[in-house]
Amino acid sequence: MDLNTLWFILITVLYIGFFVLEGFDFGVGILLPFLGKDDKTRRMMINTIGPHWDGNEVWLLTAGGATFAAFPHWYATMFSGFYLPLFLLLFALILRGVAFEFRSKDENPRWRKTWDWAIFFGSLLPPLLLGVAFANIVRGVPIDANMTYVGGFFNLLNPYALLAGITTVVVFTVYGGLFLSLKTTGKLYESALKSIGRMGPISAVLIIALVIGTYLSTDITMRLGINPGMIPVGAAMAILAAGAFFQRKQPGWSFVMMALAIVLTVISLFEILFPRVMVSSLGAEFDLTIYNAASSPYTLRIMSIIALTLVPFVLAYQGWSYWVFRKRITEHSRLEY
Amino acid sequence: MDPVTLARLQFGVTTVYHFFFVPLTLGLSIMVAIMETLYVRSGREVYKQMTKFWGKLFVINFAMGVVTGIVQEFQFGMNWSEYSRFVGDIFGTPLAIEALLAFFLESTFLGIWLFGWDKLSKKLHAATIWVVAISSNISALWILIANSFMQQPVGYEIVNGRAQMTSFGEVVFNPNIWTQFPHVFSSGLATAAFFVLGISAYHLVRAGENCDMHRRSFQMAAVFGVLGVVGVVMTGHSQAQHIVQIQPMKIAAAEALWDTEDPAALSLFTVGNERERRDVFAIRIPRLLSLLAFNQLDGKVQGINDLQAQYEEQYGPGNYVPPVAVSYWSFRIMVGAGMVMLLAAFYALFLTMGEELLERPPRLLRYFPLLIALPYLANTFGWLLTELGRAPWVVYGLMTIEQGISINVGVGMLLTTLIGFTLIYGTLMAADIYLLAKYARKDSGDLIRLDDTPETAVSLASD
Repeated sequence: MDLNTLWFILITVLYIGFFVLEGFDFGVGILLPFLGKDDKTRRMMINTIGPHWDGNEVWLLTAGGATFAAFPHWYATMFSGFYLPLFLLLFALILRGVAFEFRSKDENPRWRKTWDWAIFFGSLLPPLLLGVAFANIVRGVPIDANMTYVGGFFNLLNPYALLAGITTVVVFTVYGGLFLSLKTTGKLYESALKSIGRMGPISAVLIIALVIGTYLSTDITMRLGINPGMIPVGAAMAILAAGAFFQRKQPGWSFVMMALAIVLTVISLFEILFPRVMVSSLGAEFDLTIYNAASSPYTLRIMSIIALTLVPFVLAYQGWSYWVFRKRITEHSRLEY
Repeated sequence: MDPVTLARLQFGVTTVYHFFFVPLTLGLSIMVAIMETLYVRSGREVYKQMTKFWGKLFVINFAMGVVTGIVQEFQFGMNWSEYSRFVGDIFGTPLAIEALLAFFLESTFLGIWLFGWDKLSKKLHAATIWVVAISSNISALWILIANSFMQQPVGYEIVNGRAQMTSFGEVVFNPNIWTQFPHVFSSGLATAAFFVLGISAYHLVRAGENCDMHRRSFQMAAVFGVLGVVGVVMTGHSQAQHIVQIQPMKIAAAEALWDTEDPAALSLFTVGNERERRDVFAIRIPRLLSLLAFNQLDGKVQGINDLQAQYEEQYGPGNYVPPVAVSYWSFRIMVGAGMVMLLAAFYALFLTMGEELLERPPRLLRYFPLLIALPYLANTFGWLLTELGRAPWVVYGLMTIEQGISINVGVGMLLTTLIGFTLIYGTLMAADIYLLAKYARKDSGDLIRLDDTPETAVSLASD
């Protein structure tokens, strides 16, 4: 395996880390106005993700930084091309991060309500935008011979991409509900389960539609074949298993299966892409690939050594942080946020 | 307006704003870590109060630094994609290392520290804030390594019109970083010191219920203030000497030195005509610039006109003069603020020698809250000089600012994001200052109660 392929895998890993971890904390944020009927309940919900959301978000930033270092042309083409969606993403993430920190530091109900809406929209927009962005990356966008995106904003808003965005939002909402069911007790626990029961079937329908859409809008059949192989099939099985475990009142296993389904879906997505990193709709000769978009072999070698050394440590201490805060939040817990 | 101006304006707004929060994070994290260590070692409640009080302010500030940092990482690709293609090999590497090595650590451990008061042993809990403090400063180091490549490109070769790394060691140990990082690090200490001095002084003057805590905070901050400001002055001096070597034009602009002089005089006050490149009115001290630049009373300091001629020969026709008035006044505001801070820090230290701080707070103490503005002025104008003084280059000698922008991002899009970021940053700044002022005014006793029994806060808000 060459270094370019290794870096393609490493960036896949960073996105997996991001979607698996931040996925549920986006979901909790989306559920906030629906399950958080009073201030105390909202505080309990926010405190389930309080110690983690910031560390989770760093996976996205690291994915951005790693793309810059390993595939500068990918970074430059994607970020200047998806300009307005990216601006909205930044806007949402800024509001959301500040809102967590600020909302409980003043007692005024209007102050708190304002920041709670910031948490909701700040949690809703990023999965929507990222779903749209990734769908466009595999579907193909107009990229010319200079590796420059030449489409407009509305090019990105095709039905397939919008479907992917909405599906991501709904799946993360269910995933967030499952996380809440593991971290809470009493009424909040009950209402989290109820929300999963309601959203679960909707997410199943959307996922089926998205799979069909992927066969119609991307070159998956050319890349992976009609039978796409173990990984995408495994993703589908994990989703089914998540539903089955939930029916049998085992939300813990259901959460694990959802996480697994997200991991396998991200891998499938990058599998369709490989060895491309951005598909050009103007012709395969304009595709960005792990070779024409990459840094020099020297930089890739240096970065490989550094990343392979550091990522295990990151996993270890982030794992430890989940262990430290493994207890459920109750009405009597000390709430920081 | 043209795209280049808009893209530069946006970079200026977002970067100045980001760096408004960073230095306090760098310095205050260390102070809070020391406070909690004192608490663990002595077991005295007052140190715990200090940790909680300053920790709360630290966290409010930290959040703003983090969210504005996200924009920093992404805007190179958005507005400066040609720059990103050109330097990605080299510039992206320290950014990625920063995220992997430092940003993950500080974010994860801040979460553990904030929520872990009753979940970890005292010692382990204190260790987590040390991790935050150290990783925040390591984070600054890697960002400055990236910036150093823009100031003084090293360890690269140009292949197919792109800068490619030839030596990771040279990029990391860029000569520029040795003066730049110590300068930023000590400015972090100084910023935190003046922040704490100002707020403690406010409480000491009011003689509220927690004077003991604020007296101790004031003492600690006085020591930090002297260390920080003396450090800033010394490292600033060596940084200027380094810049004389690598970017003589920046120093010439900062001094409004039109023609080469040997020995060179230092301008105390110049009103110049930038277009005709001449002084209208100037007070100058003979030989002082040579002394500052070379530690001796003579030595040639190159002027703007000669450097312009030299660069035209070297790089072809063009304007190689950065904005002189902005550079000149940025430099003077930074140095002026530093000098006042130097005096104030020693005065604060002098005050802590006696007993009267608690019994009869001296009248001058009431002005310390105003001094909080000084490090912020110095930090902001220092960066304006560093970045604007490099004009017309984005990477010194290799790529001009015009060449770096995204070719497919139009004026409409730039204007949208510029207005968007400015609006949200303005709103958040107001909310942030409101909260900081609110918590800074509180007696720490309130804080502890608010912390430990959330029900009181909740019942107040029940609707």
